[in-house]
Amino acid sequence: MRETGKMANFDPKKFLSDNAIIIMIAVLAVIVGFVTDNFFSGSNLKNLIVNVSPRFIIACGVSGCLITKGTDLSAGRQVGLSACLAAMMLQSIDYAARALPWMPDMPWFVALLFVVAIMAIFGAVNGCVIAFLKVPPFIATLGMQTIVYGLCSVITGNDPLGGFKSSYSKVALGSLGFIPYLAIFALVVGVYMWFLYNKTRHGKYMYAIGGNENAAQVAGVNVPATLIRIYILASVLYGVAGFLVGAKAGGASTATGFGYELEAIAACTIGGVSTNGGVGKVGGILIGVLVFEILKICLQFLRVDPAYTFIAQGLVIIVAVALDLRKYLAKK
Amino acid sequence: MAEYRLEMRDVVKTFPGVKALDHAQLKLRPGTVHALMGENGAGKSTLMKCMFGIYHMEEGEVIYEGQKVQIKGPLDALQRGIAMVHQELQPIPERSIGENIYVGRYPTKRFGPIVTVDHEKMYEDAAAVLKEVHLNYAPKAKLGSLSVSQMQLVEIAKAVSADCKVLILDEPTSSLTAAEVEALFTIVNELRAKGVAIVYISHKMDEILRISDEVTIMRDGQYIGTWAAKSLTTDMIITKMVGRELSNLYPHRENVPGEVVFEVEDFTSINPKSFRHVNFQVRKGEILGVAGLVGAQRTELMEGLFGLRCHNAGKINYKGKELKVNQPKDAINSHIAMLTEDRRATGILGVLSIADNVSIASLNQYLIGGIMLDDRKIEKLVQDNVAKLSIKTPSSKTLIQSLSGGNQQKVLISRWLANDPDVFILDEPTRGIDVGAKYEIYCIIAEMAKQGKSIIMISSEMSELLGMSDRIMVMCDGRVTGFIDGKDANQENIMALATQFE
Repeated sequence: MRETGKMANFDPKKFLSDNAIIIMIAVLAVIVGFVTDNFFSGSNLKNLIVNVSPRFIIACGVSGCLITKGTDLSAGRQVGLSACLAAMMLQSIDYAARALPWMPDMPWFVALLFVVAIMAIFGAVNGCVIAFLKVPPFIATLGMQTIVYGLCSVITGNDPLGGFKSSYSKVALGSLGFIPYLAIFALVVGVYMWFLYNKTRHGKYMYAIGGNENAAQVAGVNVPATLIRIYILASVLYGVAGFLVGAKAGGASTATGFGYELEAIAACTIGGVSTNGGVGKVGGILIGVLVFEILKICLQFLRVDPAYTFIAQGLVIIVAVALDLRKYLAKK
Repeated sequence: MAEYRLEMRDVVKTFPGVKALDHAQLKLRPGTVHALMGENGAGKSTLMKCMFGIYHMEEGEVIYEGQKVQIKGPLDALQRGIAMVHQELQPIPERSIGENIYVGRYPTKRFGPIVTVDHEKMYEDAAAVLKEVHLNYAPKAKLGSLSVSQMQLVEIAKAVSADCKVLILDEPTSSLTAAEVEALFTIVNELRAKGVAIVYISHKMDEILRISDEVTIMRDGQYIGTWAAKSLTTDMIITKMVGRELSNLYPHRENVPGEVVFEVEDFTSINPKSFRHVNFQVRKGEILGVAGLVGAQRTELMEGLFGLRCHNAGKINYKGKELKVNQPKDAINSHIAMLTEDRRATGILGVLSIADNVSIASLNQYLIGGIMLDDRKIEKLVQDNVAKLSIKTPSSKTLIQSLSGGNQQKVLISRWLANDPDVFILDEPTRGIDVGAKYEIYCIIAEMAKQGKSIIMISSEMSELLGMSDRIMVMCDGRVTGFIDGKDANQENIMALATQFE
C-alpha cells in the first residue's frame, strides 16, 4: 500500500534536482567509459574499491561530527599521525633505517590496536573541548589539526618512513578472492556504523542533538557524553584509516593524509549529510565517497592535468552544498 | 484628507495547518490610540506583521493615506512612516544606542566616490530623539548596558526617530515597571497630539481603557468589531474576546486530588533577580495552575525544578524522599516530565520523524539485549499514541516539522507519556495552537489528572487557568505571592497577587 503511494508521488523533476550531482557523475562515468579504453575493467574497479575504502572509513568518522552540527578539521592530520605510528611499529626488523630500533617485532593487528587506542585519546580531547569548554568544533578541531601535525613532525623528525614488514603491506595489497582486504575493513566499518546510527540509543541521541540540541537536553539526552563518544569514535576510525593508508602507500610521512578531512566532509555532504545537522545516512556517505572517487578516476582517464582536477573537485563541493541548502530552503 | 490614516481590509493569511487571519480588518484614524485586542493566537501580531511587511498577506489590501499600497518589507514600511515596536525585541547589545536606533538607515556622508557613515550626525540625531522621548541615556553607550525595559524605551525612540505617521506598539508594557509605564504613556500622549495614529496591543485592561480612543477586537483571526473605548467595560471586552461561555471551552474534570507527592521548599535561583524562596505542594491527581505576568519567573522556576537551571538553595521532596535534580535526566528518571514553553526552541526535533520524537526520552525501555532498539516496540508506542491522542499524521516516519502546532504538541505530550510521568509540568501547553486542538489538549490534561498524575500548568491565558486548575499559584517578580482555590479564583484576585511587587 505504502509503496504504491510512494510511486504515485514520484516527481521526476524533484528526483533530478535532489540527486543532481550523483546523476551528473554517473553520466560522466558512462561517457568516459565509451570514449576511453579499460574504464569498465576489473582492474579499474579494484582500483576504485581500494581508493574508496579508507576514504569511506574517514567519512564515516566525520559524519557523526557533521550530523551534530560540528565538524572535524583534524581528521586528515590524525590519519597522517596514525599512518606514521603504524609505520614506526611495523617496520621490517631487518630494515636498516628503522625509526625506533628498539621496537619489537609485533603482529599487524597489535599495532592496529595501539594506533586506535592512541587516536582515541585525541578524539576524547576534541570531544571534551567541544562538549565542556563549548569551543566551536570548527575552532577546536582546527587547533587540534595543527597540534597533531606538530606531534607527527616531532616523532618522525620529518623523515619519511618506509621498509614495512610484508604482513603489514599485505593488509592493503592482499585480497580474498576478488575482494581486497581493504574493502572488508570498509564493509565491517560500514555495517557497524549503520547499526550504530539506526539501531542504538547512541544513534538516536546523535540525530536528536543535531536536530535540536536544546530539545535533546530537555528530553534527557546526555549531550556532552554523546558528543565525546562521537569524537572518540571519529578518531578511532581515522586510526583505522591511517593504518590502511600507510599500508597501501607502502610508506608514511608528515604529509600523509593532508587534506583528507575536506574530501571526507565534501563526500558526506554530497551523500546527503545535511550541514544543518540531524540528517545523514551511512549509505549516503558511501555514495558521496564513490561520486568523488569516480570523478577523480574519470578525470584521470580523460588525461586532465591534476591541477584542473582540483578545480573540478572544488566546484563539485560547492555545487553539492548549494543544492543541499536549496532543498532545505525549499522546505521552509 | 482621508478619514483614516490607514485601513486594512479583508486580510487573509494562512500558516501550515492554521488560518491565522480570516478576513481581518483595521481602521486607524490619525491622532488616536487604537487598541487591538484578542486572546493569544487571535492574530493581532500577525495582522501587525502584515501591515509592517514582515508577512505577505494572501488576500486583502492596505489603504494608506487614501491610496492603495503594497508594503514590501520593514524598510519600505519605515520609509512610508509606519514604525513598529516588537513584542520580542531584536537588539544588537554589543553596539551603541545610537547605532541601534539608526541601524539600516545610517546617515551618510561622501568623500568623492566613497560613502561613509556620518557618526557625528548619527549621535547628534540620536541624542535629540532620546531627549524627545524623555530618555536620559548617552547615545554612545552600549545598548547591552541597559535593562530590558530601558531597551524597550530605546526601541520606541527608534520608532519616533523614523518620524512615523503610524506607530505599532506590540505589548510595550509587558516588561516595564509602573513608573516606566507612566513615562511611556506621556510619550504616547505627545505622539497622539502630533497626529500619529497609534496601534496599541496589550492584555492589560486598565491600560487599554485608560489610554485608547478606539478598540478593535479579534478572535481566531477574525474581525469581531470596533468600538469607542468609552463605551466599553472590562467584562464586555472579555466576553467579546472569548466569544462564548467559558464553561463550554473546557472539559468536565473528574480528577480527585489525593495526598501530597511533590513538595518544594525554599527553592532559590543562583540568579538574584530570578525565583527565590519558593514553597509549594502538589497533590496526586491535582492540576495546579501557575499564574503571573511576563517576567514573574514562572518558566525559570519550572526549569530549575526540572534541572535546566541551577539553584543554590532549597529542596524538593518527592514521594516522601528528597530528590536532587542537577540535570533533566535526574528528573526524568524519577518520572517527572516537562513540556517546555518554546516548542520550536526546546521541544521538537524538527528534522526527525514522529517516531524518533516520541521515543527519544524513553529509549531505555525498548532495548533488546541492552544494545539494540526494538523498532517494532517503538512503532507500537507511536501507533498507540497516534490513536490515543488523535495525532493527525500520514505516518510515523513523517517529519515532525511538517505537522501543525497542535499535533506537534500532542507528539511532545506522547514523548513524556511514554515515560509514565507522575508529575507533569506543562509550560504554556496551548500557546500558538488553534482552538479545536486546544480543547483536545485540555481533555488530555484532564484525563492525565484523573489517572492520578500531578499536573503543574503555567499559563498566561487567564481563562485557561480559571477553566482548568484545581488550585492556582500566583507569582510576581520571582516570588510566590499566593494561592487561590480554583473555585474562588477570578481575574481580579489573580491580578492583585500577580502585581504584588516588593
